[in-house]
Amino acid sequence: MRNNNEPSVIPTAAGARAHHKNSVIPTVAGAPATATWRNLLFLCSITTLALLTSASAQVTSDRILHSGREPENWLTYSGDYAGRRHSLLDQINASNVSKLTAKWVYQTNTGGRIEGTPLAVDGILYETGQDDRAFALDARTGRPIWLYQHQLPQDIRPCCGRVNRGFAILGDRVFLGTLDAHVIALDRKTGSVLWDQTSADYKLGYSFTVAPLVIKDTVIIGVSGGEYGIRGFIDAYDAATGQRRWRFYTVPGPGEPGHDSWEGDSWKIGGAPAWNSGTYDPATNQVFWPTGNPSPSNRGEGRAGDNLYSNSLLALNADTGKLNWYFQFTKHDEHDWDATQVPVLVDSNGKHLILQANRNGFFYVLDRTTGKLVSANAYGKQTWSDSKDAEGRPIAKKDASPTLEGHTVCPGALGTTNFYPPTFDPQTGLLYVTTRDQCDTFSTAPQPYEAGHAYYGSAYFPSDEAEPYRGFLKALDPATGEVKWKFEHTSPTWSGVLSTAGGLIFTGDAEGNFIALDAPTGKTLWHFQTGGAVYAGPMSFAVDGKQYVAIAAGSSLFTFALP
Amino acid sequence: MIVHNRALQSALLFLPLLLLICPARAADDRNPLANDPKAAKAGEYEFRINCAMCHGLGARGGGRGPDLTRAKKKHATTDADLFQVISNGITGTAMPGNGIGGQGVGMTDDEIWEIIAYIRSQEVKSSAASGNADHGKQLFYGEANCSSCHMINGRGGHLGPELSGVGASRTHDAIVDSVRNPSRILAWGLTESSKEFAQEYETVTVTTADGQQIKGVTLNEDNFSVQLMDAEEQIYMFEKDKLRSFSKSRESMMPAYNQTALSDRNLEDLIAYLASVGTK
Repeated sequence: MRNNNEPSVIPTAAGARAHHKNSVIPTVAGAPATATWRNLLFLCSITTLALLTSASAQVTSDRILHSGREPENWLTYSGDYAGRRHSLLDQINASNVSKLTAKWVYQTNTGGRIEGTPLAVDGILYETGQDDRAFALDARTGRPIWLYQHQLPQDIRPCCGRVNRGFAILGDRVFLGTLDAHVIALDRKTGSVLWDQTSADYKLGYSFTVAPLVIKDTVIIGVSGGEYGIRGFIDAYDAATGQRRWRFYTVPGPGEPGHDSWEGDSWKIGGAPAWNSGTYDPATNQVFWPTGNPSPSNRGEGRAGDNLYSNSLLALNADTGKLNWYFQFTKHDEHDWDATQVPVLVDSNGKHLILQANRNGFFYVLDRTTGKLVSANAYGKQTWSDSKDAEGRPIAKKDASPTLEGHTVCPGALGTTNFYPPTFDPQTGLLYVTTRDQCDTFSTAPQPYEAGHAYYGSAYFPSDEAEPYRGFLKALDPATGEVKWKFEHTSPTWSGVLSTAGGLIFTGDAEGNFIALDAPTGKTLWHFQTGGAVYAGPMSFAVDGKQYVAIAAGSSLFTFALP
Repeated sequence: MIVHNRALQSALLFLPLLLLICPARAADDRNPLANDPKAAKAGEYEFRINCAMCHGLGARGGGRGPDLTRAKKKHATTDADLFQVISNGITGTAMPGNGIGGQGVGMTDDEIWEIIAYIRSQEVKSSAASGNADHGKQLFYGEANCSSCHMINGRGGHLGPELSGVGASRTHDAIVDSVRNPSRILAWGLTESSKEFAQEYETVTVTTADGQQIKGVTLNEDNFSVQLMDAEEQIYMFEKDKLRSFSKSRESMMPAYNQTALSDRNLEDLIAYLASVGTK
């Protein structure tokens, strides 16, 4: 039986506005709620919160499973297991958001950037930053309760910034993956290390940047390192002891299904990292985890074949790590189009779906029971595919491959979207995603593999066109694949997106603005200049009956609330 | 070189041995891999991965980074300078430090030396500019009217990019292209650490709430505000939602200099002047 805390409906586009007005939203009970009822629910939550705080409540797996029952908290990277990044709080809404004001700023002073989404638990925020620094803050004031700095070796291999995307939480501990490929449990009252597990050899290019995902009593985490010729994997650790329970290699070894999709020994250095958080369907006990590029990222020669399970979505049994099904978005990728976008779970007309706006420029809807493709529609500028196979999957043009002197393809290596998390708003039924229109000239050259060294087999660089890069926030309709509205940024941004029951969309821009927009129309309602580019996903929480919205910008964390 | 000091003589004799013993260090003045024929080839791979995005394939300069095939570089002379620049970046420019900010993948010392070996292998001997620099200077401040918008070493206008360093950082062809077809690739202006891309010299036209129309180049812009300079060198700052109209164009305010406006020969003189200033 399917768990009812999943979103129960995708309202039709025509009904979106009405839903917003009448506040028909899925609730924890799966029943529609009126605005009054929902406010009552919120008050109940706040009351419960007071009780929980005084009791110093543990974060049980049951609480995470039913995160919709406590909208004042934010218990996973995406806010719920479905990956919707949707807050049920509605104190801040379209009619009052213009009064939103900064409450506090926490500066890490680390330089670099925060890519993490803070967790909020009973009045405390848990966040990670540059160089695997981590901290717990008083959510009302921003004052730190503890600080943790992981001691990193000098010679780590951080391909793409010394970044981290946040914690997972269970019981009395928070869990962190590090740039030297450790998985660490910290005491959530003190930041003390409770266990520290070495997952792989960082000198070979393995690292963690992802926010882990806790399912039941297990910490699930995927590895980074697709730029170094690693062999990707997804690991599960016992939250109590740190003992590894299972490992799923995203590149199958000899004798395993999919192994013949690799030429010769190329599987040993095949990449397929798993560096962004997956989602979970409790009804089927399946974890959905996306994977990244095959290595070397921009050279297909030497790894002939589809290169499974690179650029795929994997449906794994959460207890055993056994593969139930997979869907590969980009076969034999040569453009660095990692499929590492958060797979969003929604239900519509009795169908259990997964939405993923993919880095390759197509918006995919899959049936999450079978892994079969439902639809794939371009949602940004793309030139690599002009046809689809029998299942409806976009297939690459013959001449889309990189050449020695360079060949221009859209999207570029940074993709139509990237790791920045999208949001699904059950009130409008739309998926909101940050996008980029940019084409790159992809060049390729032979490169010998050398352990621990960068292994791209290529270069890519901006195409020599007058056309500037363009960045958007787009509202996609899962039913049709249509772009319902778009907001064009001054330049492309790396910000994630949050939707709230207040009818709002929050996002950030590359110039440092944090922005609120009207969810049904895309109209800009409010903005604040933080002074730092946004590379993180926004979230919302409440303390003492007051709703806050939080965003990391630069290396600082900002919160906002009504006066 | 004749060495009179015997002690120094002995030291020099042992120097190659010392270099063999000592590991590569940033303090080395010379590239320890300079004589390794494989280093330049390995450096080409590293260059493609870490540098080509801005500096172009073959190090000939891209839209973003300068041409590195010039023997004379603005921020580095010795191999040790290059090592320092690659390791730490150049403050106040878009040049990041090694592996910082998402650029590049983080190189070891040896890999940086390989890249330096590659850059050296790509350098072309400074071909003496064919033009007449003195006449180029006269054109810049006179007939060609460049200085009404561009400044060199403190003299000139404010509207266009400052050109003191352009002769050292851009290829001959890139400068020709900028003069003949200034709208094809707009020049980059302000570089802010919070922005992924530097501000370009786009043209913006606004109508203020009281109906005044102002046209200028963007000094900076975000989703909600714009800062611009008009042809009179006035700086204006606006919140976009308070404007009656706002439009941007990638048609540069710089006129395209065709053969009639500036002959090939005069353009060569101008480039010779820019080169003479830039390499000082």
